Amino acid sequence: MRPNSEPARRSGAPGQMADTPLVIAGRPFRSRLIVGTGKYPSNDVMARAHEASGAEMVTVAVRRVELNRSRESLLDHIDTERYFLLPNTAGCYTADDAVRAARLGREAGLSSWVKLEVIGDEKTLFPDNEALVEATRILVGEGFVVLPYTNDDPVTCRKLEDAGAAAVMPLGAPIGSGLGVQNPGNIRLIREAAGVPVIVDAGVGTASDAAIAMELGIDGVLMNTGIAGADDPVAMAEAMKLAVRAGRLAHLAGRIPRKRYATASSPLEGVVGS
Amino acid sequence: MTILLNGESFETDGPLSVSRLLAGLDVDPRRVAVEHNRNVIKKAAYGITVVREGDEVEVVNFVGGG
Repeated sequence: MRPNSEPARRSGAPGQMADTPLVIAGRPFRSRLIVGTGKYPSNDVMARAHEASGAEMVTVAVRRVELNRSRESLLDHIDTERYFLLPNTAGCYTADDAVRAARLGREAGLSSWVKLEVIGDEKTLFPDNEALVEATRILVGEGFVVLPYTNDDPVTCRKLEDAGAAAVMPLGAPIGSGLGVQNPGNIRLIREAAGVPVIVDAGVGTASDAAIAMELGIDGVLMNTGIAGADDPVAMAEAMKLAVRAGRLAHLAGRIPRKRYATASSPLEGVVGS
Repeated sequence: MTILLNGESFETDGPLSVSRLLAGLDVDPRRVAVEHNRNVIKKAAYGITVVREGDEVEVVNFVGGG
């Protein structure tokens, strides 16, 4: 049985459709939007964008402390009572490095969750699938909840799930590209086959991209640059919140089939003069 | 003694515990993770883990990322 695919139910308020929560490794999230913490113009803008996004989970990177200069901590600007931290392994090019970063992230953070990245190419930042599956297997064995960032390839996603991934996170387009979902057919195939949540991670450029991703039936969207790089990140964060919700509801509502010709909306009979 | 700290040569009095090393660096131990000779050190063990001449130490924290 596929998770997160139950039909919408009517809630108390008329016209309001209730959605089920996004559940990853047994943990429920009311928001299906996961946001990053990188590249904001300031920590204050980041904090306000997080608020506007409605997200409950935020990604962070693990890096060497800069020892020669004192700088404020990112965590001064993230309420960890409110936002669940998801450390990533960004910048790692081998399974070994990614496993090492994940272990450090677990010790620096508050959970055993990791957004696993093993990059295979500098220019596209596409994942190294083989190393990704290997690192997933190792970290799952160490008790991690592993959310791998992967290609939009159904076979790789199946291997990641078999290796114990708690969700699969296929890219919509290259990281930071803002191109939107480039391969909706594959994303749909991944959703149909997966027994774990499917999160589209990377490539979302504007609200309609997020809505289109959710309309494919996937369980959530993860983005950073699309919000942080906008002229007004706080406004874009709210737009993304609404788009993810709109796309989700449209998926649950069931869209009409596409047809080549018109079908009249008004009755054909009783037209005056006919 | 000389250790390799975050990939760079670093002079300090020693041997010394991870706790004392962090205090000397003015780093809040609650906000970082420490790797000593490639092993991640639990926070509870900072006081009893001894850094010696030639050891490799990594001190990391969270920064913005996607």
